Amino acid sequence: MILTVTDLAIARGGVPVLEGLSFALPPGKALILRGPNGIGKTTLLRTLAGLQQPLSGRIEGAEDRIAYAAHSDGLKPTLTVTENLIFWASVFGTRDIQPALEAFALNELADRHAGNLSAGQKRRLGLARMLVTGRPIWMLDEPTVSLDKTAVAMFADAVRAHLGQGGSALIATHIDLGLDGEVLDVGPNKARPKALDDLDGGFL
Amino acid sequence: MIALLLRDLKLAFRAGGGFGLGLAFFLIVTVLVPFSVGPQSSLLATIAPGVLWLGALLACLLSLDRLLALDWEDGSLDLLATAPLPLESVVTIKALAHWITTGLPLVLAAPVLGVLLNLPGPGFGWLVVSLLIGTPALSVIGTFGAALTVGLKRGGLLLSLLVLPLYVPTLIFGAEVARRGATGMEVQTPLLMLAGITAATVALLPFASAAVLRINLR
Repeated sequence: MILTVTDLAIARGGVPVLEGLSFALPPGKALILRGPNGIGKTTLLRTLAGLQQPLSGRIEGAEDRIAYAAHSDGLKPTLTVTENLIFWASVFGTRDIQPALEAFALNELADRHAGNLSAGQKRRLGLARMLVTGRPIWMLDEPTVSLDKTAVAMFADAVRAHLGQGGSALIATHIDLGLDGEVLDVGPNKARPKALDDLDGGFL
Repeated sequence: MIALLLRDLKLAFRAGGGFGLGLAFFLIVTVLVPFSVGPQSSLLATIAPGVLWLGALLACLLSLDRLLALDWEDGSLDLLATAPLPLESVVTIKALAHWITTGLPLVLAAPVLGVLLNLPGPGFGWLVVSLLIGTPALSVIGTFGAALTVGLKRGGLLLSLLVLPLYVPTLIFGAEVARRGATGMEVQTPLLMLAGITAATVALLPFASAAVLRINLR
């Protein structure tokens, strides 16, 4: 099933940020989301994930199929790596966390408390969470922040494997991941302030 | 859902989880009351049901600001909202976990502390019954308040102001059951009112909490 977005307009804190955005994300493909800071990439991902309502436009094929990874990883510092992953696996109704641990080289850290991990290790755990969701569409917001080169390669491999299994991914990032995905530059879709023919009316 | 409940319980019992905070507060209040009002046993017996109920209510209030704020801060609330669990069940489970870690220990500790306040013999049973029926309402109302104030910096003050008026009916009828029970009077009317309030809040407030949470997460 293709994720289709038609003429989408979104707002952050009541202020329109992007408008007239249309794209399709078929299975097996990645879409790299680019654009300057503050353009509304995070807002777009949050809207697609269903955390907020679009101003207008249609989103099709997103319902219950999206796994969303935000800036923060949603980890509990007093739970171990395994416990954190098992929790998310059972929330999403999957069981096997071993592939996720292996994909991000977390086996050695499995019994460590998440609070004792470094920033990059935490991020790896946060990304491993995507694997245990079992959902076909990944929405990743700046996934490579605080990752080292090896970990970035691990992440790119994980995304490739996911695409190979018929999944798809929408990734907001500023670095080159070496994925053969199309680039979606949202810069031109920046919402323009409405032209006011009637200034008094606009004020009111 | 069970995974969420188990996680919340595990988090509460681990270091820094805040389990025992309410219980310690309850203990301190009831231990200090005889020092402040004097040791006359007749006076203590009169005020015991009310003091115990008030102590339990304030102890409940103490841990509310962490109820959803922690999940909001580390981002897991966003992730839970995009998970297959409906938000209504997330807030219900959160309230249940709060009750198990805060309300239930208060119910169990109340009879012991009743001895310190010279609670009359027949009052013990009714105190436990009234707390057992009343404290779930405190947790559910508290979760609603936490959902309203999630994301606000230092939202604890606002949370208390919002929640306290909603706690008043439960306090009035709960303390009334304990007081009447202690003096050997008929308890049926306040007990039914208390049970009614709890049933209504448990049935309705999770929907309200989920609705405000959706707005707050935007």
